[in-house]
Amino acid sequence: MLKQTPLNAAHRAMGAKMVDFGGWDMPVNYGSQIEEHHQVRNDVGMFDVCHMLVVDVQGDDVRGFLRGLVANNVDKLTVSGKALYSCMLNPEGGVIDDLIIYFMTEDWFRIVVNAGTADKDVAWMQKQAAGRALTVSPRRDLAMIAVQGPNARAKVWEAIPGAQAVSEAMKPFNAVAFQQYFIARTGYTGEDGFEIMLPVAEAETMWQRLASLGVKPIGLGARDTLRLEAGMNLYGQDMDETTNPLECGLAWTIDLKSERDFIGKSALQSRDIDLQLVGLVLLDKGVLRAHQAVNTKHGAGEITSGTFSPTLQQSIALARIPLGIAPGAEVEVTVRDKQLKAKVVSYPFARNGKSLIS
Amino acid sequence: MSIPADLKYTASHEWVKTNADGTVTVGITHHAQDLLGDMVFVENPVVGRTLAAGEECAVVESVKAASDVYAPIAGEVVAANADVEASPEAINQDAYAAWMFKLKPANSADVAGLLDAAAYQALVESEAH
Repeated sequence: MLKQTPLNAAHRAMGAKMVDFGGWDMPVNYGSQIEEHHQVRNDVGMFDVCHMLVVDVQGDDVRGFLRGLVANNVDKLTVSGKALYSCMLNPEGGVIDDLIIYFMTEDWFRIVVNAGTADKDVAWMQKQAAGRALTVSPRRDLAMIAVQGPNARAKVWEAIPGAQAVSEAMKPFNAVAFQQYFIARTGYTGEDGFEIMLPVAEAETMWQRLASLGVKPIGLGARDTLRLEAGMNLYGQDMDETTNPLECGLAWTIDLKSERDFIGKSALQSRDIDLQLVGLVLLDKGVLRAHQAVNTKHGAGEITSGTFSPTLQQSIALARIPLGIAPGAEVEVTVRDKQLKAKVVSYPFARNGKSLIS
Repeated sequence: MSIPADLKYTASHEWVKTNADGTVTVGITHHAQDLLGDMVFVENPVVGRTLAAGEECAVVESVKAASDVYAPIAGEVVAANADVEASPEAINQDAYAAWMFKLKPANSADVAGLLDAAAYQALVESEAH
């Protein structure tokens, strides 16, 4: 039996094609995934992200707990509402999940984790919290809707009276608790916008209100092409418990400089780094896909995520390949019985409506 | 969308039309394009290639996934549609107009062994459950 979000009936009424996404019955598109992609890059769209889980950590010395739990440094969070992207590692240095941590007060930090890893994450956090005077609370009573695109903020301000006053001056990667809402200027598309958390009972009303304001629903298909163009990793595809985050393009999120110890730190410091995550743009015709082999002059690598980019109108990918292959280099990708030429590039590929690849 | 009664079909979602000159035209069905979503790449077999029935001979790729296309019957490829390679989205717009390739059948009686519209309709419905 697939799990359903509070918006399940609304998706069906809007003509969504539903798929099994990690045990959740989710909309993959409402017609054309390419049109939905452009809708977000050029205007505004909304995503049901209720399958993701909000976890509140509350009590004594939450900061001290998180210092040891995650690989990025929560001491970067000094202003209430500020958000931090981080990996949560196992003792071997593998990635249990990637998550966003919002600092609200010293006794309340809010974490958002991936859907497929949610149960595992909560169990791990609760285990690490044993003996501490704090609670780790999964919040399935909260729904989450992402509104993304250049016109996203204006639409949210129309939909939620009073929201503009509390969020207009708010910078990206910050959040504010407002009435029954939690409004975060974060997302997974490379566009401006908000992720809104609200009580489950109000989710469908909010979804319909946004729809009536002209915000189009966007499925998981476009969500994947948007995040890949934006150069954002997908857990379970670009990294997992077996991969070294320093070989996943996530070194910027791993704080090895401070004295602080965290789970997985010593393992990371003793592991060799042989691989890097790079962007690929396909020069030949075709479509790059996950798990295709990449052949470089320094040895073999593998595509971790690949798709057709609606913004670039060509195929792009993230690939884990040997160190020493720099942007501009040409590599070959094995696609069925052919060797196709691709160019190594720095990513992101596109953000804020524009291609970043020349 | 209704399944055209004048075509034949395969269980792997190709449609087959018999032409006056004895060749057959092959494409993928509306149901197949609906499952795959927005088409972005088509690779047809080269003209002159001899295919066995059921042989992988072409590829269609949507944003979401790649899918092989199989030869419905044995024969020689006598034409490939360059227009659909240039504009794969034509398959989404009208799957029965956006043909992929034409075969000269090794045995013209083979077409009769394919699914008719009613049998294909039943197959699509059974896959939906």
